[in-house]
Amino acid sequence: MWRKLFTSVPAFRALKAPCRSFKSSSRGAEKDFFKDLDAQLRAFRDKAAAAMPGSDWSPIELTPGLPPERADVVIVGGGVVGWSIAYWLKMKARVRDGLRVLVVEKDPTYSQASTVLSCGGIRQQFSLKENIMLSLFSAHFMKNINNHLCVVNEDPVDLQFNHSGYLFLASEKSAHIMEENYRTQRCFYYLIIKHVFDFIGRYVGAKVALLSPSQLKERFPWMNTEGVALASLGLENEGWFDPWSLLNALRRKAVSMGVYQCFGEVTGFKCAANLAETTDGEVLNVQRIKYVNVRMPNSLEYQPVECAVVVNAAGANSGKIASMLGIGLGPKESVSGVPLPVEPRKRFVYVVHCPDGPGLDTPFLIDYSGVYCRREGLGGNYITGMSPEETEEPDISNLDVDHEFFQEKVWHRLAHRIPAFEQLKVSNAWAGFYDYNTFDQNGIIGLHPLVPNMYFATGFSGHGLQQSPAVGLAVAELILDGGYKTIDLSALDLKRILLQEPILESNIV
Amino acid sequence: MAASLLSQAMKRCSAHTCAAVAVRRALSSGAATPSVYTRFLLKLSHYFYDVENILDWNNWLRSQGVIHKNRLFGYAQKNFGNNVAAAYYILTLRGSFRFAGQSEWFRPDSRGRFSYDFMSTPDAKIEEVDLSGTLINHNGLENLVKQNKLQTLSLRGCPEVDDWFLARLHVFGESLVELDLSHCSRITVGGLAALQNLRKLERLDISGLPRLQNPGLVRILLEEMLPLCQVSGAEYEQGLIQPDSQEQTEGHHEASTHTGLRHL
Repeated sequence: MWRKLFTSVPAFRALKAPCRSFKSSSRGAEKDFFKDLDAQLRAFRDKAAAAMPGSDWSPIELTPGLPPERADVVIVGGGVVGWSIAYWLKMKARVRDGLRVLVVEKDPTYSQASTVLSCGGIRQQFSLKENIMLSLFSAHFMKNINNHLCVVNEDPVDLQFNHSGYLFLASEKSAHIMEENYRTQRCFYYLIIKHVFDFIGRYVGAKVALLSPSQLKERFPWMNTEGVALASLGLENEGWFDPWSLLNALRRKAVSMGVYQCFGEVTGFKCAANLAETTDGEVLNVQRIKYVNVRMPNSLEYQPVECAVVVNAAGANSGKIASMLGIGLGPKESVSGVPLPVEPRKRFVYVVHCPDGPGLDTPFLIDYSGVYCRREGLGGNYITGMSPEETEEPDISNLDVDHEFFQEKVWHRLAHRIPAFEQLKVSNAWAGFYDYNTFDQNGIIGLHPLVPNMYFATGFSGHGLQQSPAVGLAVAELILDGGYKTIDLSALDLKRILLQEPILESNIV
Repeated sequence: MAASLLSQAMKRCSAHTCAAVAVRRALSSGAATPSVYTRFLLKLSHYFYDVENILDWNNWLRSQGVIHKNRLFGYAQKNFGNNVAAAYYILTLRGSFRFAGQSEWFRPDSRGRFSYDFMSTPDAKIEEVDLSGTLINHNGLENLVKQNKLQTLSLRGCPEVDDWFLARLHVFGESLVELDLSHCSRITVGGLAALQNLRKLERLDISGLPRLQNPGLVRILLEEMLPLCQVSGAEYEQGLIQPDSQEQTEGHHEASTHTGLRHL
């Protein structure tokens, strides 16, 4: 660089030579010299400033955006679950720089991330008590979100939460399941533990009202109640919000607390292997992760990050990460032959415009046929969609939208339930992936016996966004305290996959 | 030397934006232009971490104050009953109320002191509550949920009333007739959508809500949602783009509806 300072002047003059006009050479050279002198002095001053201590110039050219060489916890996946875990890890480890957390995200534009393509709903109407607890905690987190996630000198967090509630419609055959769930929701009370800065111990229950068809018709006159035996409406803590705001709020707060963010793809792990023998005499290969290989975008360069704990929060790609460690690639009858049952499933969301549609009181309506619909904004726009049948799952190689699906499967069911939707126009549509747990459609949280330092927080099958703050706290407690302190999620542990004991949720959409 | 100049220049750039943010937030919370002292403190906080921490503690203390005011009055509820506890809570917040069947209001004086006559009628339910200008928030509503005969609730100018508070009002769905939400700066349309559970509501006041972009449209939607209710405080023309105004405002509105739709 020093050499360049002094050789720049003659080099510049040499470049000028071919384009010079017909003038006497010596006078032209002097004019150019004085004209360029100003620019040359400025360039010299900039280079001198860069060379002084305190600037970020260094003689060693480093690739920008490389992750640190060493981290305590590496979180694979920068969606809302990953950032929630990072936030809670830093929140629990009170000392600044006490814990080095790195979040690795493949796509800086989040173009295919499930978080931002989600409809953003949150509900407590589940049948499994762990799911209710997770959603309730997350709702309370969002209630006090500025106490948790405000950063000094930045704008307060605005989630644009719509408190319209969820409305589940049940036909004759499923009405009894709904009543069972209603009892679970009302009788269940959850204690929120006093936190150092934020919340106070309270007993709260999930507020849900059961409605008969006549009450439903009186309440929502725009609905056709034919075939509906029972409906359940969430009164409190239910609705929908903007997932991008939540993701950005968590990310901003976590980065302000010192979490490292890296945009790169995890391509492999370097592990230390040990042999362990089970009680049946089977010899297992237990791998402890030593390095995570993070490959830079559009490059072959990778950085091995030495780490103590890895968290798999990669969403739809969690199965791929797990297979990098050999989970599922062993002989069929052994523990290593059971793959992580999380795979991406494509779901379509259609934005429709209907000028005479239901008004401000439209809840997030979920019909027993599987079709759902919610209001978007105040201009007569609605978001709608449906989960396809198991046998008709769309192709997951891309995120293209199938409009035929809407015409053939969704529209007539929607129009049957809400007659005003017989006249509508599809203005927009997109597709996103569910991190679908093919085993029992509930989240998988915990350690795998074959990889003692990889924690899984995936497989939420469409509920990851609404359960993310609670899941983040649960995983942070697992990592730092060794066990659950706030919400007991032992029922969602990974070992149920290996023991083949599914816990089924009957209220999934 | 060059490095410190560079860092100071960077801080100055960020200081301008940060000062703008801080002043904007102070303005949006309803205060007038902040005093010279506040502006000086804000400017200092951009240069010194200590001042930034002190301002942070200040905000934390204020939020702790609100939490303390809205604590659950469990002792009073256990020993004197829900009605007395609710009455005591309202009076400590400097609100006023009237029991059902009585015509006189219980109010604290200008210094916040009040008489304890309300304890003589432990069975009387509260019918009208005036909590204007108090620091009630969604946690404090826990003290009032058992008052199922509540007919009038006035929350004029309460700075801590937000959408979550409105979502909790469903407990008064069978009795609430009049609700005054004017000048509560945190309320948005998402919270007003939760008022669908108040089926008996007859009078609703939504004047002076700064976060409503289209007050006229919101009034129409609310009247459609609650057929018995008379919504006041917003004229139908508010928020409406007049056809002869500049094209620029139309362009702005179009852009905002597009972003409101979805980020793709």
